This record gives sequence, C-alpha cells and structure tokens, in this order.
Amino acid sequence: MTAVSSASFPAVLTVLVVIPAAGALVLLAMPRTRSDLLKPVALLATVLPAALAVWLLTEFDAGAGAVFQFSDRYTWIEGFGVSWHAGVDGLSLLLVVMTALMFPLAVVGVDPEHSPKPYYAWMLILETGCLGTFVALDLIMFFVFFEIVLVPMYFLIGGWGHGRRAYAATKFFLFTMFGSALMLVAIVALAFLHSSAGGSAVTFDLLAIAESQLLATNTARWLFLAFALAFAVKVPLFPVHTWLPDAHTNAPTAGSVILAAVMLKLGTYGLVRFGLYLFPEASVYFAPLMVTLGVIGIIYGAIAAAMQRDLKRLVAYSSVAHLGFIVIGTFALNTEGLTGGVLQMVNHGVSTGALFMLVGMIYERRHTREISELGGLQKPAPLLAAVFMVVMLSSVGLPGLNGFVGELLVLLGAFNAHRWWAVVAAAGVILAAVYLLWAYQRVFHGPATGANAEMEDLRWREGLVLVPFLAAIVFMGVYPKPVIDRVEPAVDAIIAHVEDHVPGFAEPAPDVHAPVNLDDLVKTEEGH
Amino acid sequence: MVEVVAVTAQLGPVVTPAVDWAGLLPVLLPAAGALLILMVRSLVPRRLLPAAVDAWWMFATAVAGLVAVVVLWQRDGDVRAFGDQLVMDGLGMFVAAVVLGSVALAAPMLPRYCRRVGIDTAELCVLTLLAAAGAVVMAGAADLIVLFLGLETMSIAAYVMAALNLRRLESLEAGLKYFVLGAFSTAFLLYGIALVYGATGTTSLDGIAGYLDSFLVLRDGMLLAGLAMLLVGLGFKVAAVPFHAWAPDVYAGAPTPVTALMASAVKAAGFAALIRVFVEALGSRADDWQPAVFALACATLAVGSVLAAVQSDAKRLLAYSSISHAGFILVGVQAASDQGVSAVLFYLAAYAVIAVGSFTVVAVVSGPGDDRTGLAELAGLGTRRPALALGLTFLLLAQAGVPFTSGFVAKFSVISAAVESRSYWLAVVAMVSAVVAAFAYLRVVVAMYFGDAGDTDPGAADARPAMGLGAAAVVVAAVLFTVAAGIFPGLLESAARTAAGL
Repeated sequence: MTAVSSASFPAVLTVLVVIPAAGALVLLAMPRTRSDLLKPVALLATVLPAALAVWLLTEFDAGAGAVFQFSDRYTWIEGFGVSWHAGVDGLSLLLVVMTALMFPLAVVGVDPEHSPKPYYAWMLILETGCLGTFVALDLIMFFVFFEIVLVPMYFLIGGWGHGRRAYAATKFFLFTMFGSALMLVAIVALAFLHSSAGGSAVTFDLLAIAESQLLATNTARWLFLAFALAFAVKVPLFPVHTWLPDAHTNAPTAGSVILAAVMLKLGTYGLVRFGLYLFPEASVYFAPLMVTLGVIGIIYGAIAAAMQRDLKRLVAYSSVAHLGFIVIGTFALNTEGLTGGVLQMVNHGVSTGALFMLVGMIYERRHTREISELGGLQKPAPLLAAVFMVVMLSSVGLPGLNGFVGELLVLLGAFNAHRWWAVVAAAGVILAAVYLLWAYQRVFHGPATGANAEMEDLRWREGLVLVPFLAAIVFMGVYPKPVIDRVEPAVDAIIAHVEDHVPGFAEPAPDVHAPVNLDDLVKTEEGH
Repeated sequence: MVEVVAVTAQLGPVVTPAVDWAGLLPVLLPAAGALLILMVRSLVPRRLLPAAVDAWWMFATAVAGLVAVVVLWQRDGDVRAFGDQLVMDGLGMFVAAVVLGSVALAAPMLPRYCRRVGIDTAELCVLTLLAAAGAVVMAGAADLIVLFLGLETMSIAAYVMAALNLRRLESLEAGLKYFVLGAFSTAFLLYGIALVYGATGTTSLDGIAGYLDSFLVLRDGMLLAGLAMLLVGLGFKVAAVPFHAWAPDVYAGAPTPVTALMASAVKAAGFAALIRVFVEALGSRADDWQPAVFALACATLAVGSVLAAVQSDAKRLLAYSSISHAGFILVGVQAASDQGVSAVLFYLAAYAVIAVGSFTVVAVVSGPGDDRTGLAELAGLGTRRPALALGLTFLLLAQAGVPFTSGFVAKFSVISAAVESRSYWLAVVAMVSAVVAAFAYLRVVVAMYFGDAGDTDPGAADARPAMGLGAAAVVVAAVLFTVAAGIFPGLLESAARTAAGL
C-alpha cells in the first residue's frame, strides 16, 4: 500500500486532529465570567472537525484501491526516526467520520452536572486523541495518541462520574496502560529489528515496516502478542474486560457514549491495522486463539448482560458481546468477515452510543438505573420508548436495521473460516435478543407506578440529538452499499496482504462453497 | 631572600598547567557566588539587605553559569583544565546545565518558603551553590580523585542542607541519616578508587580506559572488587535499590526545596559520575558490570514503584517515585552505549525539571511547619487551588510517562536504548513498573480532584495555601518546559545526542 496526499487541502488530517485540541486551549483561556460561551465554543470545536470529516468522505476516492489518502508527513523526532505521518484508507475513514460526528452529538446531548469548563476541555482533548489514533501511520504517533486518550477519559469518569468513580477511573487507566506498556516495548523492538534486518535506518513508519515484512516468524509472533494484549484490553476481550463494566457504569453519559462508540474501536481498529497488516503470519497463527476469545466474549457478555440489575451495566456487558463479533469477523481473515467486522465497528458505535444516551436520559429523569425500580415507562414517555425500541432492535440485529448487515457478514466470514465457532457465535445473536428484549419489557412495559408514571418524555433537544443516530441506523440497514464500497478496497488489500505474506493461506477454504458476492447481498438487503 | 631568587632563577620560570579559565566558569561562578553571599552577609547588617536578595543572587549566579555552559557548548572541542583532570566535554556540559538549571529553577520559590518555615535564606543559598559547584566538578571529572572531590563538596553541603530546618525533628534526623550513610558510601567509593588504582595503576579515567583496552587483565579480582565497590558507592548516591534506604527518610525530612534539589541536581551529578566511571572508563569491562546494573535497575524499578504506590504522604511518595526514576535511568546506563548515555541525559534533564516543579507544589501546600504533606491534606486541592492542582497533575502525568510530556520521550528513549542493546526483559520490567508507579501518581490526582468531602479535614488543611509569585513562576516554567519538550523534543534530544557523542 502506498500513501498519497490530497492536492486541494494538503494537511487536512493534521488540521482535523489539531482543531479540537486548539478548542480546548481556547476554552481554558476564556474568562470565568463568560461561562455561557463555553458550550458554543466546544460545539464549534467539534462541529468543524465533523464538517471536515464529511468533506473527507465526499473527497475520498473509493475507486483508488487501498491507497492511504490525504497523506501528510513531517519529521517529528529526527534522532529516533519518528515522524508525524497521517493518512486514511476506507477503514480508518469510516471511523474518523463516526468519531467526528459522535462528539458534537455528545456535546449537544449531554450537559455536565458541574464545572463545564474542564469538562468540555477534556472532551475536546479526547476527540483529538481518538482522531489522532485513527489517522496515525507511524507506530510511535499511533502509540502516543492511543495512550493519551486515557487521560481525558480518566478525568471525565473521575470528575463527572457517579458511584465509585475514582475506583472506576483508576482501574480503567491502569488496565489500559498496562496493556500498552508492553506494546511500546514491542514497537521499539519491531523498529530496531526491522532496521537491522533490512540494514536501513530506524524508522517507525507503518507502511515501510508492514510492506517489507523482514522479521523472523517467531519474533513476529511474540511481538504480535504484545500488540494484541494492548488491543485486547482496549476492545475489551475476555478475560481482560473487567474494567469495562465499571468504567461504563460510573462514567457520565457523554463519557459512556464516547467510550462505547469510539474508544472501544481503538482496540478493534488496532487489531486490524497493527495486527493483520503488520503481522500477517502471526495473525493467521493466532487466529484460532483470537476467535476463541471472541466467542467466549460473545457468550459470556450475553449471559452477564442478562443477569444485570443495572440498565447501564447491562448495556456495558452487551458491548463485550458485540465486540466479540467484531473480533471473530476480523480473525476470520476473509473479505466477508473483515468487512462485517468493520461495519460492526460503526454499527456498534451508533447503536450502543445511542443506547447509552437513552439510558443517560432515563437516569437524569429518574436518578436510578436499577431495572427493578423502573417500569411502564412507555406510558409517560412514548417517544423515548419508541426510540429505545428502534435502537435496541438495531443492537439485536434486526434485518432492515444496521446491526443485521454487519452481523450477517461476520457470521458468514466466520462460518467459512471456523465453522463451529460460527455456530456458537450465532447463538449469541439469540442471546442478545433475549437480554435486550427482556430488559425492554421490564423497563417500558407493565404498569407505571410512583415516579415512573410522571416521567417526562423526550425534549426537543434530546430528540434532535437522537435523529442522526436513528437516521444512521436505518440508512445503513437499508442501503449499506456506499459504506461497503468505501470499506471493501481497504479490506481486500489487507486480506491480499495476508495472503501474500503467509504461504499456504488463501481464501476461501477449499471445502467451502463459493464466497458470497457482496453486491448480491446488498441487493437482497435493498429488496427487504 | 636572595637565595630564594637565586633558586627560582636556576629553575627557570615555573611551569603551571595551562588553565582555560573561561571553560571553568560553570564551576567558578556558583563557587564565587556562594563566597560572595557569605562575605556580604557577614559584613552588611541583616536589616539593610532583605533575605530575598540571596535567593535572587543565587538565581542570577545559576543563570550566569547556564549562559556560560551554552557559550561553551558553541565552541568546538572540549575544555580541558588542570592537566586533563577536569574536562568539560558534552557530557560534562549537559549535566552542568541540568544542575545549574535545577538550581535556577528552584531559586524563585525560596524567599517565601524560607520566610514561612524560618530557614535562613543565605545559608541555604550558599550551601546550594557550593553543592552545585561540586556537582559540576563531578560532571566534568576526568579523574577518580577529582570525581571524589566533587562528590564530597556536593555531599557535605547536601548533608547540612538536609538538616537546615532546625525546628523540625525530621529534618535533623534526615541530616544525620544522610551524613552517616553518605559517609559510609563514600568509604566504599574511596576503597573502590583505591582498588581500581591498584589494578590499573592510574586514577585518570582515560588512563583506566586505555589500560583496559591495551592490556588483558588476567587476575582481575582486584579490578572487579574495585568495580563492585564503585558501584556500591555511586549506587548510594543515586539511591539505587538496595542502597536506597536513606532516601525516603531524607527526602521526606529535608526542607522541601532541598528535596527538590536532591532529586534533580544531586541525582544528575550521581548519574554523570556513574556514566563517567562505568560507561566511559570501564566500558571495555561492560560484560562484567552490566549484569550487576541489570539487577540493580530491576530492583530499583520494582521496589521504587511498588513502595511509591502504598505511601500516604506526598513527599514520601515522590521520594519513592524518584527511586523508581533512578531505576529507569539505570536502564539507560545498563545499555552501555552512546544511545544509552543520550537517553540517560535526556531523562536527567526531563526529570530534574519535573522533580523541581512537583516538589515546589508540595512546598507550597506544606504549611508553616513544612510537614503538611499527607495525601489527605491534598484533598480538594483541585477546587481550592485549581491552577496549582493542574500544574501538579501535569507534572505527575509526565512522571507517569504520558505522551506529549517530556516524561514520555524520556521513557521512550531509555526503552529504545535497552531494546537496542537487546535487554528486552529489562525494558518490559521498566514499563510494567511504570504502570505500578502510575497508580501512585493517580492516587495523588484522586486525592486532589475526586477526594470526597469526608476526606478533607477542614481544620488541618490550608483552605487556599498562599503560592506567591516565585513558586507560581517555578511551576509554570516547569510545566511549560515539560509540555514543550514533550511535543517538540527535537532540540533537547539532539543536544543529549551530541553530548553523548552520537
């Protein structure tokens, strides 16, 4: 793969990454007396990147194959061979757009309970961190952004969270930092071994290292494990997922939304970009392990979610299950699976982001998330219930909504690669229906008593925030083609890269039927 | 009289070694500055000259020294003096800059602090400048004897500095402890020097390196014993585990600005000596000392981080974290390469600034007795003094190695050096203990920001500790440096590289 820059707007990605951080600085410099301006400024600093991201989406050349576009490169730390190298392919483009759109919604949708200034500043720094991670094409630059997102999220959970917020924040920070600690050693080792094997100067450039594949098989496997641990914590994969329910439950609503929608994707994105692309042989070698962990996550997450008494915790555990699907799609190592995995990254972001938003609205009104204390909310809040219903069904994977397309592709891909695991994973789809519908039934159906009967329905602003979520859910469910068109070249290139560098690995497996044509699938979807 | 003249006439002109006085300015300036304060204070009545003058004079002297270093840096070639006993090469100048920079950075907080705690500013400034002169001599030592002289000059001043708060029992205890254990370690060092001299026949560092390069020492028992003794002696100075026992008590007991200087200037000088002796003079015997430094580094990292995580006093916590940082720096020493030396230098510069900044915040909140440093006393600092708390947060995150701070680049370069010399496991140990240490820093942050109202003891804690412009300037400068060197590390990094001869 190569990287090309954009002629019309040379440093667009750098600008995209820097805008929110600059906004944070502006916020900090604002006088105490003008607290009314905080939110508009924060909104501006998130809307600008959103507009830029949409511009990227339109300018992105879907026909250019797997080239990294809008590439942008400067020397950063010369002595170490570290550069600032940004670029997007279809995979990262999608995540960049989702990130950039999610933040304004989170800013508009949820007001902090106190101290708005640091709250918005941390949100903006968080956005810079997330965007930077997705566009980084230099290993150190990637690591730097991957790591920096911990800090704002730590403060958001600790400062504006509920319950055991300090505990949850610290646990979140330490778990993730532990994962990435080993990754830093692996990154450095990778760069030095690459340079000594190739006789070249030390470089941390992703493309240079990934394309030449100079490492010995065994070394690459060790390094892959170090990378995979970092991403497994972030995803999170069973058994390093325990920080997630705590962090989600105690985080403020916007924190949960961003955590679920964007930050978990840092892990899955990392598995694709820095797992499959960087270590193709090791990915094939460890694919059974990763798929197994993914399947365990699906079943375990679903059962744990069904057992929860706290609505937010339930959604958190459902994330563990959904992320398991993304991982098995990724490590099915074929076009369908990986495309499905990438779609699921976006779908999960939209659906779970919206779910957390809705749970936050319920909590704000009722000051409890205990499912047993809620009930019959459909009567006082019909709109809220309707939206919740749609979002929940998208999360379940109802055909016609976005979740279905991704899950189907993942299962198809997984079936081609690991047939029996796919069967077990499919059971997870049913379990998802069980725990989500059951939760919906307990919260919204039945008689509304006490405070439940008086609950306020959606306000205008809340409705406006939810509309984009609903639009995305329906659009991507009915007409996923434009999205798939942009993702597919990148996915094909990564799969081809794996095939090129792993002898004896080719898709599809010989005993399996012909691969599914994505266009046919899209047509069935349209007819649905 | 006539006979004397006759004798000198017979001998001809006395040949003294050529001395490049300009090149010695980094040593001479702090020493002269100290003597000047002493003289002025004994001649001029106290009421005519406010105490703050001493601190600002110390600041000016250190800055002048810093300027001298920068000017020397621009000159080509090393400055050699006194028959190659003292050499201001890249390493010497870089560490001299770190030492003088730390002193200059710490100076502005002194007037207010000394007034509050009741310490004589003049004494503190004289001792600090003398210690700095000693530290610069250590950094530029090209001979074991000169190294020892520098170390003693620095240490004796530091012993007294630790005990300077006469009203606080812990301070006196710190001074005594530091003195006794320091003297003990000095004996080790001196014995090591003697044994290495016995084995190689010279105390010149170049001479030792040349001797070991050209001769194969078959019966090397004496050399190895000397090497071990040197490692113990210098290990004490940099507070490497298991020679660290003095550090927490001394750091916690000493007046807080003194602690800041011990963690920055004294530590930098100790590591300069370690590099001079081991990497430069004994570099050809790296196979012998690397395993020992490997073990020291592992132990230092593990013990420092784990014990930092369980402290309930901010000053003790920072003391243990300082031990853990020493472990990181030892990782760079262990690499025994130019890359390693450059990593060590970067780390020293980054950590010196962070340490001075962090201890300055502690000094501000420590109250009139300089003893309110418990974590509970920091509770709610985020709302009481948001700017101060934010500054400490930045510095603590930098200590944890969070990106976009100098702490990250420092850790990154040390890890690079370790990986380049194939010490993968040491790199892994270092990174894992960084996570443990991060827990310690997060505890402070939690106390400052997320501490529940129940934790706060409204009677004990100063609601809004008076910061003063000086301390504020220190914290702001430290944070700015830390962030700037984290985002644009190029300048500092290339300086460290040049200094290491890369």
